[in-house]
Amino acid sequence: MREQLQSDFDKLVKTSKFSNEEIEFKKNFLKNFIKNGFPNRKQEDWKFLDISQIIKKNISDLSFFNDYSQSNKIDPSILVDGLEHNKIIFINGKIEKIDFNLEDQNKIQIIDETKKDILFDYENSLIDLNSAFSDKIFKIIVKKDYSLKKPLIIYHSTDDKIKSTNINLRLNFELGENSCLKLIDYFTNTTAKNFINIFYNFNLEKDSILKNYKIDKFRNNNLKYSFNNIEQGNNSVSETFILSAGSDYFKNEINCNLKGEYSSAFINGIFSLMENQQHEIRTTINHLVENTKSYQLIKSVLGKNSKSAYQGRIFVNSKAQKTDGYQLSKAILLDETSEFNAKPELEIYADDVKCSHGSASGSLDENSIFYLMSRGLNYQQSKELLINGFLMDVVEKITDVEIKNLIKNIIGLKE
Amino acid sequence: MDTREKDIEKLKDYKYGFTTDIENIKAPKGLNEDVIKFISNIKKEPQWMLDFRLKAYERLKQLKEPNWQKPKYPKIDYQDLYYYSAPKSMKNKPKSLDELDPKLLETYKKLGIPLQEQARLNGIAVDAVFDSVSVATTFKGELTKHGIIFCSMSEAIQKHPDLVKKYLGTVIPVTDHFFATLNSAVFTDGSFVYIPEGVTCPMELSTYFRINASETGQFERTLIIADKGSYVSYLEGCTAPMRDENQLHAANVELIALDDAEIKYSTVQNWYPGDENGKGGIYNFVTKRGLCKGKNSKISWTQVETGSAITWKYPSCILKGDNSIGEFYSIAITNNHQKADTGTKMIHLGKNTKSKIISKGISAGFSDMTYRGLVDINSKATNSSNYTQCDSLLMGNKCGAHTVPYIKNKNFDSNIAHEATTSKISEEQLHYCQQRGLNPEEAVGLIVNGFCKEVLQQLPMEFAVEAQKLVGISLEGSVG
Repeated sequence: MREQLQSDFDKLVKTSKFSNEEIEFKKNFLKNFIKNGFPNRKQEDWKFLDISQIIKKNISDLSFFNDYSQSNKIDPSILVDGLEHNKIIFINGKIEKIDFNLEDQNKIQIIDETKKDILFDYENSLIDLNSAFSDKIFKIIVKKDYSLKKPLIIYHSTDDKIKSTNINLRLNFELGENSCLKLIDYFTNTTAKNFINIFYNFNLEKDSILKNYKIDKFRNNNLKYSFNNIEQGNNSVSETFILSAGSDYFKNEINCNLKGEYSSAFINGIFSLMENQQHEIRTTINHLVENTKSYQLIKSVLGKNSKSAYQGRIFVNSKAQKTDGYQLSKAILLDETSEFNAKPELEIYADDVKCSHGSASGSLDENSIFYLMSRGLNYQQSKELLINGFLMDVVEKITDVEIKNLIKNIIGLKE
Repeated sequence: MDTREKDIEKLKDYKYGFTTDIENIKAPKGLNEDVIKFISNIKKEPQWMLDFRLKAYERLKQLKEPNWQKPKYPKIDYQDLYYYSAPKSMKNKPKSLDELDPKLLETYKKLGIPLQEQARLNGIAVDAVFDSVSVATTFKGELTKHGIIFCSMSEAIQKHPDLVKKYLGTVIPVTDHFFATLNSAVFTDGSFVYIPEGVTCPMELSTYFRINASETGQFERTLIIADKGSYVSYLEGCTAPMRDENQLHAANVELIALDDAEIKYSTVQNWYPGDENGKGGIYNFVTKRGLCKGKNSKISWTQVETGSAITWKYPSCILKGDNSIGEFYSIAITNNHQKADTGTKMIHLGKNTKSKIISKGISAGFSDMTYRGLVDINSKATNSSNYTQCDSLLMGNKCGAHTVPYIKNKNFDSNIAHEATTSKISEEQLHYCQQRGLNPEEAVGLIVNGFCKEVLQQLPMEFAVEAQKLVGISLEGSVG
């Protein structure tokens, strides 16, 4: 793999317009990735789903090269109807369009941060891979006291021009004091066998609000990895919702540092998996100061041959008194071949805290099905009703009504 | 305060901290084939036993010490340890208690374990292990009447080689992890229990472990076999003198329950925890594993862990037989600089298997406590269920409490429920108790005992009282 990485990187340098300084930066990341390779099950964080094996099995001829000099056509049919929104359109590994036309242009600033180093410690070779091969890295700044009027949708799309390719996206966001951003990651890709690696870095200043919704609904054969790093200042709020249902493999990682007092983080996730899908959510919430709060709710419905994993970690620093941390993961296994793994972890160094976690997994309750059937529903309908009710619980946690309705429409859940 | 007074002061905290001045026979320092042969030879073991040890040693050479655990410790120099130490008077094993070295008897008296049978009222058969050898087993006559074999491991190797050969290493194979394999290579003594078919053991069986010699590792091996339809309750207690160096204790315990059999294994672990600055203390790296081999069998672990500088153990159940049950009840208390990384593994292989885990962790001072557990329901284990509850109590903000459960459900017909909470003693509760006339320490003791009640209830009567007191003592000085 080493030679291929090197030659793909050389090709990338040749076809792109990076400055020498930027190339030096990328070389460092490449060096790290070559040293460590894809993570495997020997690493604790990758214990349940081994990405290096999964890539080997699914994409034996993975290429790292993306031609950033070519532009891609935007297929208007992928765009979401019925909701006015700002757009970032990311096709085949390249950002084709950034459109904030609905907003006050003075309040939003976009700068190039390709030369900026990663500011936090990480032990994750996929971030190295991302930084080595991604195109220009942009930072989107929402200025002080500005709330975006409309949500921002990032379209992640691939067409049949590329196959067996690793594509990378890295974006940085800065939310100024008292600002608000609603961000939807919308995965529309239906073509096969690409490995998509996304890395977002959010910096939330005092009193700011971030709402991030990740929607991977449409069945596709891509493998995806997404890493969100969220730094939170005083009284800031982050809300993350993950719908993990479409890809063959999807791992969402969220690392959240609650650095300001009264800051809070909410993570809600749904796994709805079928044939041969393997998905994972891994969260790390670091409570670093007093009076911070976190809440996590993850629900899985697992069909034939599918596997989901949830690794949630709550860390409470010895200074972080009055922390309130909560984790709950529930799973319904529908078939004898489905598998659920969980590792809800608490690491606590302060005594005046309230932290708890719960995890439950099992099959659908036959008594409830019997009840519904006795009311005239058939078996299939009863099952669907129960599953919908089970998942609806998570969707209801979404605080933005407009987006909640959009997501309900996309999922096809009715109230 | 002169040194003598200081010593007395120290003894108040850990009353088992005395040493017995007794002559010892030791194997040469270090770990090599000769030492293993020396141990095997001095115990007059048959060839197959020596082969077992050497096979383990071969394997050990390729193994690396694990380092994924939370409590880190300075590297142990395995060549700087004595692997065998026995009181000299035990060289030719005394035939009866009358021939036993009076100093040994006195030691056990001090520990509150009378070995003379006439002095015993509570009807518990005891096997006492001093450093590397078993010194006395009481109530043998009574037990033999029922066909129960309760003796030291060395004796079992001599007298019941068939049973030992058949079961030793079947639950913890020689190819297991580093410390288990180390034990397989150099284990010295321990208890052996065999309960024949259909017999309910009429009394509690108990082993008392004591480390006396310095620079010695204690490696005992316990094997309990409950044949079809039998029942046994087994207790284990341990103490060690106060020493400034850390001592290693790496035991292996194997339990095997055949059809309809039940084994109840209780531990009150009170090894020397080190002083309040974290100096000295025992490294308690124990491998305990039970196999529910037969249908409808049951294994229940109960542990009260208050001692040791570092406790690192996971008493586990392999639920192989259909309808078998595994239980784990644990209280772990760490104070000062103690560290514990403990929990359990429940591996469901058979149909309709059930397991229950109740773990209570209390940390105070500068200590660190981790619950680490695995619940694995195999795809063939239909209709199985697990319930896990682990609660932690924190006292002060210099200590830590961690929960790391691994949950793997591969069977859609099975249920797993897991709950964990972390909290502190509420001011209201403390205030209420103090208002009723308890001093703060008594109040904490009362609340903690209430917190631990679910587990304490599982202990046999005599142990429950001792454990309750121990809980109070371990937390002394942690309030206010």
